[in-house]
Amino acid sequence: MNHKNSLVLGIETSCDETSVAVVKNGTKVLSNVISSQMDVHRRFGGVVPEVASRRHVERMTVIIEQALAEANVTKDRLDAIAVTQGPGLVGALLIGVASAKALAYALNLPLVPVHHIAGHIYANHLVTPLEFPLVALVVSGGHTELIYMESHLHFARLGQTRDDAAGEAFDKVARFMGLPYPGGPQIDRLSAQGKAIYDLPRAWLEPDSLDFSFSGLKSSVMQLMQKAERKGETIGQADLAASFQAAVLDVLVEKAFRAVKQKGVKQLLLAGGVSANSGLRVRLMKRAEEEGITLRIPPLELCTDNAAMIAAAGTYLYHEGKFADLTLNANPGLPLIE
Amino acid sequence: MGLKILAIDTSTLVLGVAVVEEGKVLGEVTNNLHKTHSERLMPTVAGLLKDLSIELQEITAISVTSGPGSYTGIRIGVTTAKTLAWTHDVPLFAESSLTVLAMNGKRFPGLVVPMIDARRNRVYTGVYRSNTLGVSEVLGQQVLEITDLLEQCNRLKEPILFLGDDVSKFRGIIEETLGENAHFGSPAENLPRASELGEMSLQRIMRGEEPLSQQFTLNYLQVTEAEANWLKKQKQGTGNDVN
Ligand SMILES: [Zn+2]
Repeated sequence: MNHKNSLVLGIETSCDETSVAVVKNGTKVLSNVISSQMDVHRRFGGVVPEVASRRHVERMTVIIEQALAEANVTKDRLDAIAVTQGPGLVGALLIGVASAKALAYALNLPLVPVHHIAGHIYANHLVTPLEFPLVALVVSGGHTELIYMESHLHFARLGQTRDDAAGEAFDKVARFMGLPYPGGPQIDRLSAQGKAIYDLPRAWLEPDSLDFSFSGLKSSVMQLMQKAERKGETIGQADLAASFQAAVLDVLVEKAFRAVKQKGVKQLLLAGGVSANSGLRVRLMKRAEEEGITLRIPPLELCTDNAAMIAAAGTYLYHEGKFADLTLNANPGLPLIE
Repeated sequence: MGLKILAIDTSTLVLGVAVVEEGKVLGEVTNNLHKTHSERLMPTVAGLLKDLSIELQEITAISVTSGPGSYTGIRIGVTTAKTLAWTHDVPLFAESSLTVLAMNGKRFPGLVVPMIDARRNRVYTGVYRSNTLGVSEVLGQQVLEITDLLEQCNRLKEPILFLGDDVSKFRGIIEETLGENAHFGSPAENLPRASELGEMSLQRIMRGEEPLSQQFTLNYLQVTEAEANWLKKQKQGTGNDVN
């Protein structure tokens, strides 16, 4: 096993992005091809799992070929195949897993299963090496979690959402407001033009709790809109978006720094699709500066689902010999911590 | 060196892998365990090649069933076959899972109707005529209500052999509708054979047919429910395409 010069090919198909990447030494992205299906799913107002799976199959080898070509790497030079095993949409995950197994078998390479959230955290490692201990705030359409890491690959969960993920709340509220899919970026954009004048609840839960809850907030937005409609009042879209976003960000930011304090760490990591939210980035940067904490936020292209992050996390698993055999199956509910 | 085809079939609950060459089946694994194809397929391929002492590098083409059948099953088979073919830069061929099943009735004097359950009293099916060498389509492959299929079969007024494990679910109504003309496969004939699949692709190669492109379309026979609903809305003019 070559620790110095490892070339890992990563595959990620947990939702609606077909992505393949080649990463060198776990830190250098040689290629990161992302084939988004957003245009396919937009007309349905959300990701349709069966449609996503059909699309993944058609794109799979084409994307692998493109990723190797862009990296200028031939397949015989690869050291390992890393693939997202879960969590995610089972039908979508299966495509990546089937393809990764065939590649690993045909090229006689180790097969490395990767947890999707571990991948999101390691997206930061592609920019600046992770420094331990750290706390990571992982926010996406499927996840809202606070993770503590003492060293590479050692994850401890400090808190998680008890109902909707933050990104899911964004999408649902956006749909209710009649905004086009995907709703998260729309709300972020509108927020910048409005003022948080509507009083919406923040779910702090028990004192000291690092868990999240967004379903009550989502219902409050809907009730507010329904009430205004009954009374014939108009609600400013921008102000409503700003009020909703402020309510989500207040809790995310506060709990992230509570976790940082509780664990006494000096580094906070942001990860997941919602890290693209400009409001969240600004708020976290300000607070990190006030508190003297190092904040790491991945660049936009590494925030959303991509295979480079899977290859990055996969490289460390590869070095630790955490291989799977050819019976590897997709696991839509794969736990991060065993 | 002659042609060696690796054939992979996971379109239904049956898992089939075979290696065939001209005039010979070198090895074949068929199981009807209904275990997840995702876990079993790759180890089965690896195990068969190992037993046969054949390196993947010796395989000259890969053949796969591309449906109809279980959507997930089709995708696991096709993704695996496609990736193996791409990695080793060998041609890829696909066959219909119904035609592969119909091949089990190629010596039946009359018509052959393979059947795969499509749920809600519907089946993926087609009507084939056997000609001892193989089978040819009489009625194209489609997804049909069982009663519609049997009505069409009745009009043909010929002996018909029904094939597939799913036939047993409809045996009563088949016998009732077709009487004397209804014939049923033996348990062995009801399982699709990967060796037949490999043989069909081998024949294609001998005829000089072009292999598939990497982005070939799978044979689902049905659009997704989401797409069907969307199309319906567009037709009614109520669709609000946000594009
Ligand atoms: Zn993600």
